[in-house]
Amino acid sequence: MTRMRETVIHTDRLTKRFGNFTAVDHISFDVGRGEIFGFLGANGAGKTTAMRMLCGLSRPTEGSGSVAGYDIATQPEMVKRNIGYMSQRFSLYEDLKVWENLRLFGGIYGLGARQTATKTDEMLCRLGLEGERDTLVKALPLGWKQKLAFSVAIFHKPRVVFLDEPTGGVDPAARRRFWELIYSAADSGITVFVTTHYMDEAEYCDRVSIMVDGRIEALDRPAALKRQFEAPTMDEVFRRLARKATRQSD
Amino acid sequence: MSRHSVVVDHIAKSYGRVKAVGNLSLDVGRGELFGIIGPDGAGKTTLFRILATLMLPDSGRATVGGLDVVADYRAVRGIIGYMPGRFSLYPDLTVEENLEFFATVFGTTVEANRHLVDDIYRQIEPFRKRPAGKLSGGMKQKLALSCALIHKPEVLLLDEPTTGVDPVSRKEFWAMLLKLRNEGITILVSTPYMDEATLCDRIALVKDGSLLGTDTPGGIVGRYPTALYAVRSADMHRLMADLAGYTGAASAFSFGDTFHVTLAPGTAPADLQSHLAALGHKAVCIEQTAPTVEDCFMLLSKKEE
Amino acid sequence: MRQFKSFVKKEFLQIFRDRRTLLILLAMPLVLVMALGYAIKTELNNARMAVFDASKDARTLRIKEAFRASKWFTIVEEAPTMARIDELFSRGEISMALVFGPDFAATMGKPAGETAIQVIADGTDPNQAAMLTAYAQGVMATATGAGGGIGIHTRMLYNPQQKSSYNFVPGVMGLVLMLICAMMTSVAIVREKETGTMEVLLASPMKPLHIILSKMAPYFTLSVVNIVTVLLLAVFVMGVPIRGSIAWLSVASVLFIVVALALGLLISTLVDRQMSALLVSGIGLMMPTLVFSGLIFPIENMPAALRWISDIIPARWYISAVRKIMIEGTGPESFAKELCIIALMAVVLMAAAMKKFKVRLC
Repeated sequence: MTRMRETVIHTDRLTKRFGNFTAVDHISFDVGRGEIFGFLGANGAGKTTAMRMLCGLSRPTEGSGSVAGYDIATQPEMVKRNIGYMSQRFSLYEDLKVWENLRLFGGIYGLGARQTATKTDEMLCRLGLEGERDTLVKALPLGWKQKLAFSVAIFHKPRVVFLDEPTGGVDPAARRRFWELIYSAADSGITVFVTTHYMDEAEYCDRVSIMVDGRIEALDRPAALKRQFEAPTMDEVFRRLARKATRQSD
Repeated sequence: MSRHSVVVDHIAKSYGRVKAVGNLSLDVGRGELFGIIGPDGAGKTTLFRILATLMLPDSGRATVGGLDVVADYRAVRGIIGYMPGRFSLYPDLTVEENLEFFATVFGTTVEANRHLVDDIYRQIEPFRKRPAGKLSGGMKQKLALSCALIHKPEVLLLDEPTTGVDPVSRKEFWAMLLKLRNEGITILVSTPYMDEATLCDRIALVKDGSLLGTDTPGGIVGRYPTALYAVRSADMHRLMADLAGYTGAASAFSFGDTFHVTLAPGTAPADLQSHLAALGHKAVCIEQTAPTVEDCFMLLSKKEE
Repeated sequence: MRQFKSFVKKEFLQIFRDRRTLLILLAMPLVLVMALGYAIKTELNNARMAVFDASKDARTLRIKEAFRASKWFTIVEEAPTMARIDELFSRGEISMALVFGPDFAATMGKPAGETAIQVIADGTDPNQAAMLTAYAQGVMATATGAGGGIGIHTRMLYNPQQKSSYNFVPGVMGLVLMLICAMMTSVAIVREKETGTMEVLLASPMKPLHIILSKMAPYFTLSVVNIVTVLLLAVFVMGVPIRGSIAWLSVASVLFIVVALALGLLISTLVDRQMSALLVSGIGLMMPTLVFSGLIFPIENMPAALRWISDIIPARWYISAVRKIMIEGTGPESFAKELCIIALMAVVLMAAAMKKFKVRLC
C-alpha cells in the first residue's frame, strides 16, 4: 500500500505553547499527495491547535512545517491560498442561495465570473443539486449542506483540504455518501486531512494518527494499528491510547 | 401510578410549512434508559422541547410522570431534569460555581448528588476555580455533563449530550447514565451516534420526524430480515464500485474496514465470491455478520423512501 | 427562596467578573457629569458674532470698532438684512448678533426696551448666552463712555426661558438609568437565551417570576449606586443645589427605574440576539431619551408633533420631575402630574412585560 508520493504536508517537531502549557508537543509527520489522512485524538488533545498551525492561522512556537510546499510560519498567505477548509460549524452562509454561496467563494479564491459560473453548473450537476440553485442554504437537508460545503471547500482545486469533524450528526447513509465524495477528491489528487469522532470513519482513511496530550502516539495504516495494538477495531485502538492521557486541561 | 413514565401520544409539530415531528407515539417505562436515535433534523430536539414543557405540540398529547406537559407544565418542571443540545455553561463563572448554580436551580446541592457525577467531575476538579470559558473543549463537555447530571430528577431528558464528544469521554458518560438508571431515574436520551444505541434498554429510531421503529436494541437487530455479509478484498476502494455495480447485491455499505452487503433473492455468497474473483479481486473474504443498529437504521430509512 | 438567592448571587458574580463593563457602568455617570459640567464655558474667546446696522452713523461705527478690537468677539459678517442674521444663527455660524435700529443715536440715553439696540444670543447654552450678553454690555459701555451703560434689549434665541445650565444633571440621571436598567437588563436576559441556559432555567422548577426578579435585582442595585454617585458629584463637585425634597427625588427615581427595567424586560422578550437587544435598546430607547428628554434640545421649542412624541418618552417626565424637585425646589403639587405619569407607565409596562415573558420557547 505504501505508494511513493510527493509530500504535501510536512511537519518537523512542530510545537505550540501557550504560556507554560504545551498544546502541541513536537509532532512530526508527512502526508502525501492524494492521501486521506485521519487526524484523531480526544477533545483537548491538541488537534485543533495543530490544525490551525497547518492552515497558517497560528504561528508555531517551535519546529517547522510546510503545506503545499509553503512554510506555515513564513508564508501563511500562500498556504491559505492552496488549502480548502470545512468544519461542521462554519461551512456556508445559511441566508444566501446555493449559487450565491458558490459565487461568493469563487470570488474569495479569485476565480473569474465565467469560470465560477461553469464550475457551479458542473458541480451542482455532479452533486445532483441542479434543482436547488435558487434554494436558500438553510432550507437544505443537513446531508446536502455538508456535501455542498465540501464541494465549496475544494471549489478552487486546493492542494490540501482540511475537514474538521465534517460528518457530525449526519445520518448514516448520508455519511457514507459523503465519504464517497472524499474518495473522489483524493483520487483527483487532493490531499484530505480529516478529523472525526466516528471510529468507523477512521477505517476509511489511508493512514491515521492518534494524538494524546499534544503528542502523536500512533501513526500508521488502520490495519497496521489494529495489528500493533492487537485490537479488533479502531475504536479499541483509540480507547487504549486515549486512556493514557494524563492531561486534564488546555 | 402508570407503568409508563413518559407517554407520547400522536404528537405533531410543524414550523410554518416544515414538519419537525409528525404524529409520533412512544412510551417509556419507569426506570428505563430510552434512546432516541436519529440524525440531525430528525425532530429529536423538538420532541425533547415538547416533553420539557418548552414548546406546545400542534396536536396530540404527552405526559411525563403522569402529568400533562401542556396543562400541568409547572408540575412537570418540578420532576424533570432537562439539558438542551446547544446548552453551554456560564463562561464567566468558575467550574465550581457553575455546578453549584445548576444544582441549586434544580433544588438540590452538590454534596447530595456528588456521587452521581464523581467519575467525570474528579477529572475537572483540579480546575474548579477556573472560569468555565477558559476550559478546553473536552473539559467544557465534561463540566456540562456534570451539570446535567447533578440533579436527581424523576425523569431526565438529555438532548444530544454526547455530540462532538470523543469516543472515550462518550463511554465514560454512558457509564454514568447506567449508574443513574440503576438509581431508578427514567432517562430519555437522544444521540446521532448509532453505536450508543446498544447501551439503552430500548430505542426509538427516528428520521424526518417519524418513527422508524421502537424496540430493545436486540429486538431491532433481531428483526433484520436478511442475512448480512461482511465483505473485504485487497482493493477495498475498487470493491466499492464493483459491489455497487453488482445486481446480485441488494445493498452495500462501507462499514469500518469491511462492506456490509445484503444479497438479492436467489444470490448466494458463493455467487458473490465468484463474481468478485472474476473481476480480479484478490483475498476476497465474505463472512456472515451480525447486523448493527446502524445497519437496521439504514435499512429502515431506505424502506421509508 | 434558596434558588432565588443563588440566582441573584450568580448575576452579581457575572457582573463583577465582567470588569470592563462594570467599570464603564460605574464610570459613565461620573464622566458624563464632569464632561457636561465643565463644558459650560466660563471664559469667552473670539465668540463669533454678526452685526446688522440700520443707522450706520459715527456712534454705531465706534461701537462696532470696539467689538472688532476686543479679544472676546470676532465680527464675522456685517449682515445686510435681518433675514441674514436669522440665517447665520440657524446655520450655527454665530452665537450672538448685535442689531442697531435706524434711530439708534436718538434713543441712546433711554432705558432698555426703548433704545434701538438689541443683542440677540443663542440660548441653547444658557450659560454661554448670559456671558455673551454681559461681555457685550461691557464692550459697549467702554465704547460709548456711558458710565451706567446703555439700556440694551437682549433676546434669547431657542431658549427664551433661559433654563438653568444645571439642567444637565437630571438629564444625565435619566440617561444613566435608561442605559443600566433597560439596556443591560435586556442584554443580560437575551444572553441566556443565546447560550441556551434560558431553556434550562425555564424547564427547571424555578418560577418564571423569580427568574425575572433575580435578573433585575443587580441592575436595580447598580442604578441606585449610580444615582447616588451622580447626586453626590453634582452637589459637592459641581455645586448644583438640591433645593427640594430628597424623599420625593427617591420616589421619582425608583418609579423610573421600574419603568426602565420593564422596558428592558420587554425588549428581551422581543429579540433573540444580544446584538439586537443592544440595537433595539440603543436606538429605541437611548436615542429618544437623548433627543426628546430635553437634555439637548429644550422641549418647549420643538414643533407640536415632536413635542407630542416626547410625551410618550418616560425619561422626559422623569427629567422634568427631577428638575422641579432638585433645581426649582417646588412642592409636590408642581410635579404630581409627572409622578403620576411615570407611575402609570411603570404599572402598564411592567404588566405588559410580565405578560409577554414567555414561560415557553414558542
